[in-house]
Amino acid sequence: MNGLSSSRNKAATAGEPGLVAGFLRSRAFWPVLVLLLILMANAFISPGFFEVTIVDGHLFGSLVDVVHRGAPTALVAVGMAVVIGTRGIDLSVGAIIAICGAVMAVLTRDTGFSPAVIMLAVMGTGALCGLWNGVLVAFLGIQPIIATLILMVAGRGIAQMITDGQIVTFHSAFFEALGAGHFAYIPVRVEVALAAVLLLALLLRRTALGLFVEAVGGNAAASRLAGIEARGITVFAYVISGLCAALAGIIIAADIRGADANNAGLWLELDAILSVVIGGASLMGGRFYIGLTVIGALTIQSLTTGILVSGLPPQYNLIVKAAAVLVVLLLQAPRSRALLRARLGGLFGGKRHV
Amino acid sequence: MLNKTLAGLVLGAGVAFACAQASALTIGFSQIGSESGWRTSETASIKAEAEKRGIDLKFSDAQQKQENQIKALRSFIAQGVDGILLAPVVETGWDQVLKEAKDAKIPVVLVDRGVAADPSLYLTKVASDFAEEGSLAASWLAAHTNGKCDIVELQGTVGSSAAIDRKKGFEAVVSNFPNMKIIRSQSGDFTRAGGKEVMESFLKAENGGKSICALYAHNDDMALGAIQAIKEAGLKPGKDITIISIDGVPDIFKAMADGETNATIELNPHLGGPSFDAINAAKEGKEVPKWIKANGPLYLPDTAAAEYAKRTAK
Repeated sequence: MNGLSSSRNKAATAGEPGLVAGFLRSRAFWPVLVLLLILMANAFISPGFFEVTIVDGHLFGSLVDVVHRGAPTALVAVGMAVVIGTRGIDLSVGAIIAICGAVMAVLTRDTGFSPAVIMLAVMGTGALCGLWNGVLVAFLGIQPIIATLILMVAGRGIAQMITDGQIVTFHSAFFEALGAGHFAYIPVRVEVALAAVLLLALLLRRTALGLFVEAVGGNAAASRLAGIEARGITVFAYVISGLCAALAGIIIAADIRGADANNAGLWLELDAILSVVIGGASLMGGRFYIGLTVIGALTIQSLTTGILVSGLPPQYNLIVKAAAVLVVLLLQAPRSRALLRARLGGLFGGKRHV
Repeated sequence: MLNKTLAGLVLGAGVAFACAQASALTIGFSQIGSESGWRTSETASIKAEAEKRGIDLKFSDAQQKQENQIKALRSFIAQGVDGILLAPVVETGWDQVLKEAKDAKIPVVLVDRGVAADPSLYLTKVASDFAEEGSLAASWLAAHTNGKCDIVELQGTVGSSAAIDRKKGFEAVVSNFPNMKIIRSQSGDFTRAGGKEVMESFLKAENGGKSICALYAHNDDMALGAIQAIKEAGLKPGKDITIISIDGVPDIFKAMADGETNATIELNPHLGGPSFDAINAAKEGKEVPKWIKANGPLYLPDTAAAEYAKRTAK
């Protein structure tokens, strides 16, 4: 935000407490406003949207669905945010979800390993996928979009190979609780995702790692000269993304108690990238915001859930979603915002002079 | 007595001999791939039927690619096979290769899907009628609920022929009953996750599911996802909400045996028999209809456990 616009914001909110003014000027303002607007629109179209009741000892309602369904998207999106921070992109997260779901389902069905061991094996698989991407990008110098495209295409094939092309169903009390269970009224998957996101935020923002990621994304050569192991940081980012996708893959497979290699996480990479962008990050790298990325993921999920609850005929789902996303992105783009402000400024111009 | 038995034996042997003679054919089969359990069992069924009839079946797996299927068809034509079975991966782009087969006087039977080409280019299509499946589902539901029911519908992928016709056939029957209506209809993309997510939203939008009498799902996978959503909303699937779906995948029989769903209509994978019959009929110069309907039966809970055992015993 440039100096001019922030001074205007200040003028508009003069006299209000500093906290509100600070929020209005902060980069969190637009993403949070957009999420609230979409939720309000949902409540307007479907009056019961904000209704939350308790059914069978857990919270039940459309708002709960938003966080429940949004948890895996948010997980994948924060991993994506780290990669985008290094000026990269990870198209393979959907495929990693399919692979990890397949590994988990087959291990649970065919072996007697304890859930903890299986979790470890699946997270290892995700890390390995991320390592593959990271090495292609950092050490072989392949452009990220191409490097991760390889696993995006091949990954579903690998998952189909693991599951033999079938939907592998399994029964495990542990994973069923993880996918669809509740603890203290709240879905377990939401708590797990939240814990993972917090852990990641602590790791990146309480150490210098986050700064290194942004330095590498801003200017890899300069960061190397400044003594940052740029290639190592790049690999680290893809491994984080792989780990996040693995955890999302576990949740998605646990949710339906089965691994669907063809459909699990299909197109989720695009929702993840969109979440990062709605969260205010630049695809040119150099900055990323974990909390706002989660807001971005919840925004997309509120749209999806809102459309489903509204009773809109399904052939309009995608067009309505696309139109809403367009409006969201326009609201966030500095140029269209400046235009909007100029128009509104014309309207309120008289008042300001008084 | 002895004479009769002897005569029977001779007759039987004669018939068997004639059959073997008539069907000592070489037939090429271009399959889409093995992307679903249904397609795997279709392939297995056609192979088994060919073996039973002594047909030399040349099988080609296209791995979801039309160019592989066209290549396979050209190779079948070059080998001079007696007939070709084609499960087309897409509807368009078949005119040229079908014309080549026609010029070589090789009959082509389309199995389980149609193509957008001049019907004179192929012998016949052996496939289920999706609209009839939808009508059968609605008829069963009407009988089961005495023609009084508020229904939610999980549609397949928007624009797919299965989704369009299963919806159309269902609506056609429902419209005959003034007290039956479809209160919500949304696409679950034929997947378990899609079915579960959409069913969750139906339950929220319809008073926690209390105003839903029945669920009609365009395929079993969506129904299986929806069953979980219904359970998580504190209702009993199959009791509080009646469920009918289409396809007949093994897992739906398990759910039915557990009392969690009420009926499924099988999408018949046994298309080998009618296809080979059609080729034989064409060889004998008989007229063959352009669409041989091979609809599967409706299954109810009473046989579900046995059907599940049968389908998972491989």
